[in-house]
Amino acid sequence: MSEMLKMNAIQAINAAMMDAMAADPKVLVLGEDIADPEGGGVTGTMRGLSTKFGEHRVRTTPISEQAIIGAAIGAALGGYKPVAEIMLMNFTTVCMDMIFNHAAKLRFMSGGQSAVPITIRTLTGAGWQTAGQHADHLEGWFAHAAGIKVVAPSNPADYKGLLMSCIQDPDPCIFIESAGTLFVPGEVAADQGPIPLGVARVANEGTDVTIVTWSSMVLRAQAALPALAEAGISAEIIDLRTVSPWDREAVFASVAKTGRAIVAHEAVRNFGPGAEIAASINEELFTTLKKPVIRLGAPTCPVPFSKPLEDAFLVSPAQVVAAAKSLMA
Amino acid sequence: MAESSTANAPQPSSAALVDIYRRMVRIERNDDAIRATIRRGKLMMPYYSARGQEVIPSAVSHHLTDDDKICTIYRGIHDMVAKDMPLRPLWAEIAGRVDGTCKGKGGPMHLTHPETGVMVTTGIVGSSMPIANGLAWAALLDGSKQVTVAYFGDGASNIGAFHESLNLASVWKLPVIFVCQNNGFAEHTRFEKATSVEHIATRAIAYGMPGFTVDGNDPWAMYEAVAMAVERARNGDGPTLLECKTFRFLGHVLGDDDFYMTKEEKAAAMADDPLPKFRARLIAEGHATEEQLAKMQADIEAEVADAQAFGMASEFPSADELRRDVFATEMPPQQFSAMEFGA
Repeated sequence: MSEMLKMNAIQAINAAMMDAMAADPKVLVLGEDIADPEGGGVTGTMRGLSTKFGEHRVRTTPISEQAIIGAAIGAALGGYKPVAEIMLMNFTTVCMDMIFNHAAKLRFMSGGQSAVPITIRTLTGAGWQTAGQHADHLEGWFAHAAGIKVVAPSNPADYKGLLMSCIQDPDPCIFIESAGTLFVPGEVAADQGPIPLGVARVANEGTDVTIVTWSSMVLRAQAALPALAEAGISAEIIDLRTVSPWDREAVFASVAKTGRAIVAHEAVRNFGPGAEIAASINEELFTTLKKPVIRLGAPTCPVPFSKPLEDAFLVSPAQVVAAAKSLMA
Repeated sequence: MAESSTANAPQPSSAALVDIYRRMVRIERNDDAIRATIRRGKLMMPYYSARGQEVIPSAVSHHLTDDDKICTIYRGIHDMVAKDMPLRPLWAEIAGRVDGTCKGKGGPMHLTHPETGVMVTTGIVGSSMPIANGLAWAALLDGSKQVTVAYFGDGASNIGAFHESLNLASVWKLPVIFVCQNNGFAEHTRFEKATSVEHIATRAIAYGMPGFTVDGNDPWAMYEAVAMAVERARNGDGPTLLECKTFRFLGHVLGDDDFYMTKEEKAAAMADDPLPKFRARLIAEGHATEEQLAKMQADIEAEVADAQAFGMASEFPSADELRRDVFATEMPPQQFSAMEFGA
């Protein structure tokens, strides 16, 4: 049994990068402010990397998102495994051409000749009052694109293990670092290695209701557990960890057991990724379901600034409890 | 504005000139066969002919090796043919067949052939440049002398990716050459109406790199300019912007009636067709004989005919290809709900 270390997600991301760069000289890092003279990234996740591995492998870039992702794609075509940081997920909107038309599609369009093993790390999430252009959860946009994997961890051990897998994965991955999860400490094994993509984790075992969720919403679902227990509801929380491709087997197995399902995410509910999962549950388990699947997500509005509005925007533990109660009624 | 002429510029040998001409003929004969096949209804594809622009990639490719990379655009088959991409898989690809460079899954706008350095062909204006930078970064890290060329048109010099890419290439001193094929029109819009500067090359100044406006239809001028840019890249001196002035004989896309050009300017450009002009000069100046060039052309025509026959005879890919190459691992069938229900 390896020693367990207490750390938060930022430290876990840093540990994953340190291990990945030491193990494989083909791993590169690029992004705004990521080298040590610039602070090692906006949340310090890349701190120490340029000092240890050199600024030829850990390069601070201009504020040029198209150039960042383009350089990552080209370096990948040249045999490297670049980890590109797009500081905030909303900034992916200015390089969607590089991500969607190129990174995601080059393998298919070239008939399998062009591999683009890049990882795009990006920070987002409401809770820090960063308002309408700094906090959107856009995983549904990328999950809708064929050819790109979407990974959204909820806890430090998963942050480390999943990031290591993204870096070594032969396909492009979007790795979402959500504000609500970053400073929550957790236990990480000193020798924590890669955690396979596309495999969900049972965050809480239960028998009455399945809550399918990921990223920051896992924490809010867990916060609902005491009230659920008080109401006599045994909830099973499935932390998808990878939004695309998602672990259908794990979700179906849990819902087959409970007969009730809630899909909850921080992203806007309307046309959100929860719709895909809810529809798939309906297709697979229609006769097993005791009630229609409930989707919980943010309202169809931009992320607001004012604290009470921001709180109301996010799905709350109380709303999870209310949804579960309605399924039990 | 910088002009490319310098006193002690390298002069092309007869062999170099004939090699450039060979690439031009291969481009033109192949283009002619593609257009004829489309007109006969045997190929269904959007076709962006580069007739009239043959000198540019021919002079560029003369200075490159198979290890050097290019990223090009939808009007880019001339760039690939100049880079000596084999014609058989090219034809199979544009016919959508399984023996194509991309198994028929990319088509004319996404031809890819890493063996000859054709790394990316994009259908998005301006997107060749950011990726070329990454290939050049990889070459720097490898410690190789490899050069990457990003081809693009005059219209692409107005898109953000151009400016981001030139800035990054300059800051990182990347071994990349930005080759703008300025044919005077961005789709249907005249250059002057959409571009703030008289010469795109002057935009290089803003990014701290040398930029040259070159007569892209003059093989001697192109030879000299590319030689200098390649030397800079191989020596670690960083990127160069070459604006190569040319003219598009066949409009934006095949079938385009050129209503946005004047008849006079088009007629004047076509009367000045660089291909026969270069041929005549090669013979007049003793670089090649009539017989030699006729034999070269016959050989190229045979190569094109063989490639065309090969491509058109190749099989179409199976529908299972929809599940392959999306990711490295084949997709399971249930990810394609309609496919579960069969034909």
